[in-house]
Formats: sequence, structure tokens, C-alpha cells
Amino acid sequence: MLKFNRKTVVLVAILLVGLLVAGCGGGNNQDQQGTQEDQKESLKVGIVLSSGGKGDKSFNDSAIRGLERAKEDFDIEYKYIEPKQVSAAEKGLRFLAQNGYDLVIGVGFMQQDAVDKVSKEFPDTKFALIDSVVERDNVVSLTFKEHQGSFLAGALSALLTTHDEVKGINEEKVVGFLGGMNMPLIHKFELGYTSGVDYINEQEGINVKVKVAYAGTSPDAFNNPAKGKEIALSQYNAGADIIYHASGGTGGGLFKAAAKQGKYAIGVDSDQDWVQPGFVLTSMLKRVDNAVYQTVKAVKNDNFESGVQEFGLKENGVGLTPLTGVGPTVKTAKELGDITAEDVQTIKEMKNRIPEEVKQKVKDIKEKIIAGEIKVPNYLEQQGE
Amino acid sequence: MEILTQIFSLETLSSTLRMATPLAIAAIGGLYSERSGIINIALEGLMLAGAFIAVVVSYFTGIPWLGLLGALVFGGLFAMIHAVVSIKYHADQVVSGVAINMLAAGGTVFMLNIIFNTSGTSESVNALPYWGPFKPTVYIGLLVVFIAHYVLFKTPFGLRVRSVGEHPHAADSVGIDVEKIRYICVGISGILAGLAGAHLSLGVLDSFREGMTAGRGFIALAAMIFGKWTPFGALGASLLFGFSQAVQIRLQGLGIPTEFVQMIPYIFTIIALAGVIGKSTPPTAIGEPFEKGKR
Repeated sequence: MLKFNRKTVVLVAILLVGLLVAGCGGGNNQDQQGTQEDQKESLKVGIVLSSGGKGDKSFNDSAIRGLERAKEDFDIEYKYIEPKQVSAAEKGLRFLAQNGYDLVIGVGFMQQDAVDKVSKEFPDTKFALIDSVVERDNVVSLTFKEHQGSFLAGALSALLTTHDEVKGINEEKVVGFLGGMNMPLIHKFELGYTSGVDYINEQEGINVKVKVAYAGTSPDAFNNPAKGKEIALSQYNAGADIIYHASGGTGGGLFKAAAKQGKYAIGVDSDQDWVQPGFVLTSMLKRVDNAVYQTVKAVKNDNFESGVQEFGLKENGVGLTPLTGVGPTVKTAKELGDITAEDVQTIKEMKNRIPEEVKQKVKDIKEKIIAGEIKVPNYLEQQGE
Repeated sequence: MEILTQIFSLETLSSTLRMATPLAIAAIGGLYSERSGIINIALEGLMLAGAFIAVVVSYFTGIPWLGLLGALVFGGLFAMIHAVVSIKYHADQVVSGVAINMLAAGGTVFMLNIIFNTSGTSESVNALPYWGPFKPTVYIGLLVVFIAHYVLFKTPFGLRVRSVGEHPHAADSVGIDVEKIRYICVGISGILAGLAGAHLSLGVLDSFREGMTAGRGFIALAAMIFGKWTPFGALGASLLFGFSQAVQIRLQGLGIPTEFVQMIPYIFTIIALAGVIGKSTPPTAIGEPFEKGKR
């Protein structure tokens, strides 16, 4: 059937171009400048990003920010790779290891197997894995206590939804959770959030309900803002006035829905307060930048240690963006022209609507979690992992 | 009881319509192409490209309607790759469709990097305004279905399209330009897929997100097959799929396994294909390249 005639050649050519375009699309922040001698001095760090890539205004951007900071402080050079599929991540890691990168970072739990395999092949290269664990002498695993940050988000939501004098808050005591792909790591966010709500219910003797929905069961579910919007609209219509999301790019739809309904959203991973000014109450930060920065610093100072490093509220690895005023990311967004000065003002005004009493209680809860007085359940540990 | 009122509320029904719109429009696009005998699994990629171009044009001009127009034009042009490869070079139509999908997935991210300097989400642009409770694309989508029914079954052009898809050689023998009809139909399918994409990026949202069609092009294909290659059938199937999604969203967290609810549309499609709910027969000459004079 298949002969090497013209049509086959044309088809193969198109396929190849398609594959090529789909396969690459990475970037090099330093376009092979300098000679071998120049590069001997500076530390070379390579990073393989997770799905969503650079510009996800979330996880990956946070990691890049950490590297940018490290670049300023320690004179490193870095290269990032954006794999189009999970299977391509392994190739990316191997490419970096082969090309003499001193530290190779894999972003995302989906790269666990890839980091495991490649770190075995290159025992002299140092690896870091974000969000999952690989036990090997040349690998450091950087994980986060997302449940603690989510607990704070839950407590804030439950406290605020009872204040129906605040603009955008209705009488019904309902809040929402929007998950991306239905899987254990996202359940960790969900359980943290619902536990936060439950804690407030117990303390205040109220009965706030949480609506929970997931966008899907495949990685697509992190890239489906249209569905995210529908889910958010359904929760707002069911009485929710604050929705927390852990859904990557799908959350973009939540912000649109919040703006349409005049209700609130809570961002995740990086500071998303500015994405829809006036409607994103706060964001549950996952300081991937801090984790990356500290790992680079450790390699630079020759005190790299393998094993698991967990970043929680105590280590400033997770937390909420300021409930009064705005964080540094919002200011950067203004400098870059992504938002205007009025937008910043809108965000500040929105934050001022949160009653002082609520802010104080959230702060107390944070202290209690750090002190160990409140134990936040970790879904992954409950599952015996 | 609470569950039932939630399922059959006005809110659920309008959510159904919103989610069915991109499926129905793309399914009608697929319908034109397949009725003329060209398999079009490139809908997903054409939609994605349309969604992207719509945002880009709206970004540079500030006028969302021009973005919509841009998506239509580009969708039609992009589909021409599929048309030329399938019609002129008689290549395997499924493989060509897969190539288009990959080209769109990679190409949009590539261009996103160049234009917006990011590979995740584009900047927010001016989106289409509301017309009453819905965005204009929802009404346009319904109109597209009725027009497709009229064109395909009530006009000489429609007759030609169907004859080309059923028996191209017979059509050829009575003087119908088979290749021209097929080019036009694949073009229309690209235009409609572009419209479906623009509905997502400028109707539902106001920005482009990498891979934001999330498989809708393939569900549209399923809707077309489930609808037995007829416009109203495709609309009905799209509404059913939209409804099951809307229900699935609302049933989550109520102790009903939502994965099961999510499966329902696909179970229906398989049943339809197996011929239980009446036979679902594709156009006879589908997937066969037309070579003049050859029998």
C-alpha cells in the first residue's frame, strides 16, 4: 500500500515538521555565548519544566524566578527545557546531564521515573526533583506541605463566607474547591482546604459547606480553562462565594467566572492576585523559587545534600499572599505593564474588605500550625505513601 | 430530590448549551468534510489554531469580531493543507489529520512564545460581548446547524456533496467536479472548526491557553458519528454530551462516581457505532482518494 511516491514523501515531510515543532519549543536564556574558558567559572544549571511550560503564571514561572534570583546572586547560567510530553522529559534530563550541567532539576511529580532513571545513569551529576521523591545519593527531593497552605486558605474562606456584609459575599455558607486532574497530589490540596473549613466550623460553631469538583481524570484537566469556568459557575450558582483552585491553567476559567459573578477566587502555586484584579482574594503560594534557589546555593557552596527536603509554613515554603497590601509579584506585574496602577489599587481595596478580625484569626492559625498545635492531615500520608 | 432539581435547573441547561456549542459547530465542520468523502480527524488541531488566531487578531486590533473573522479565515486556510494532501496527493487522510493536529499543538505554543513571550497562557484580550444570556457564538452555532441541514439536503450543492461522498465516479460521470467539491467542503470544515475554537478563546474566555481545546475536536467527531452524519443528529449528540458534562460537574462530591457519568457519552457513541440505536453508516466513499478514470 505505502509506496515511496510523491504523496508519501509530502506526507512524511509534513509529519516530520509537525514532530519537530511539537518536540522542541524550548529556550535558552544564554544563546551559547562565551567560549569554553568563560563557562568554566560559572555553575551550569539545567531545568526541565512540567506541562504548562514557561509562562504558566504558576509553578514553572516560580521555578524560573528562583533561578533568576540565583543567577543574580551566584553568577550561574541556566537553561530550561519545555517537554511537550512526559516521555520527552527523560530526554531533556539526559541531554542536560550529558552536556555537563552541574545541577539538573526536574519539575513536577510526573518526572519522578525520569529523574530516577537518568540520575542512575549519571552518578556524578547532581539532580533535584520537585514535588516527588527519588532516593539516590545524587538526588535531592524538594517537596511542599501544600496541605498546610491549603488549610489556611480553607480557614480564610470559611471565616469570610460568614461575613455577608462584605461585598461579593452572600448569605449562604458555601465555599468551593476546583481541582485539576483527579489524583492524590491534588487531593492533598483538597483535604487541606476542607480541613481548614472544618476547623473553623468546629471553632466558631458554624456549618460551612464545601463544593468540590475536578476538571478531569487526565493531564488535559490542567489545561482546560473553558471547563474550569463552567465548574466555577456551577459552584457560584450553588451558593459558593469563594473558590480555591489547584488546577494549573484550568484556574484561568475560575478567575473569569469570579469576575463575571462578582465573587472571589483563591489562586495557587504562585501569586495570582493580579491575574484578575479585585477578584482573587489571595493565593496559596508554593515557594518553588525558594526551594530552587536554596538548592542552587547548596551546590554552589559545595554542601549539596541528598534526601528529602520538605518546605512548609515554618520554612516559608508555602503560605498565603499578603491579606493587606500586595506582594512583590503584583508590583512586578505592574512594572512589566501587565496591570495598571488602578488595578493595583483595586487589589488593595479588595484586600481591605477582609475584616481585621478574620485576618487576625488566620494569622493565629498559622502560628498554631507552625507551633504544631494544629495538625493538618496530609492526604498522601493517610494513603500510606 | 435535591439532585434532580439541580440536574434539571435552568442553570444546568444553559451550561449544557454553552458546552455543546463548540462540539456542535466542529461536528458540523466534520460533517461537511466527511459527507464529501474526506475523513477529518484534524478538527482538534483546526480548532486549536482557530482559538489561537482569534486571540492574536483581537490582541493586535483590539476588535474581537475581527478575531472571530481571523479564526474563520485561518481555519479555512489551514484546512487546505489537509485538503491538498488528501485530495491532490491521495495520501492517507487519517495520517494527514494526525499531522495537522500535531502541527497545531506545537505551532500554537511556538507562536505563543514569539508573540506573547510565554508558553502557557496568553495575555487577556478583548472578548466577544454578551448577547442576552449567551455569547454570540452560541447563537451562530445553532444557526450553523440549520444552515448545514438546508445546504446539504435542500440545495443542488448539497446533493453534489453527498453524491461525491457516496459515489465519486458516478458524480464525475455526470460532470460534477469531484475535487472542487471536496476542496470546498474541507475548507468549510476548517472555517467551522476555527469558529468553534474562537468560541472557546474569545467567547467563553478572553485568552489562549496551550492545548485549551482539550480533546473537544475528538468529542465533536464522536458527536458527528453518533448523530449519523446528519446536522440535527450532530446537534442532538452535542447537546447530550454537553448535558452529561454539565451533570457530571454538578454531581461531583455527592457520592456518585463521576467517572461513570463522564463515561456515558462515549458508551452511547460505541453503542451507536455498533448499530444498536439504528445503524450509523458513514458515506460510502469516505477515506478513498478519488482518481479520475480509475474504478
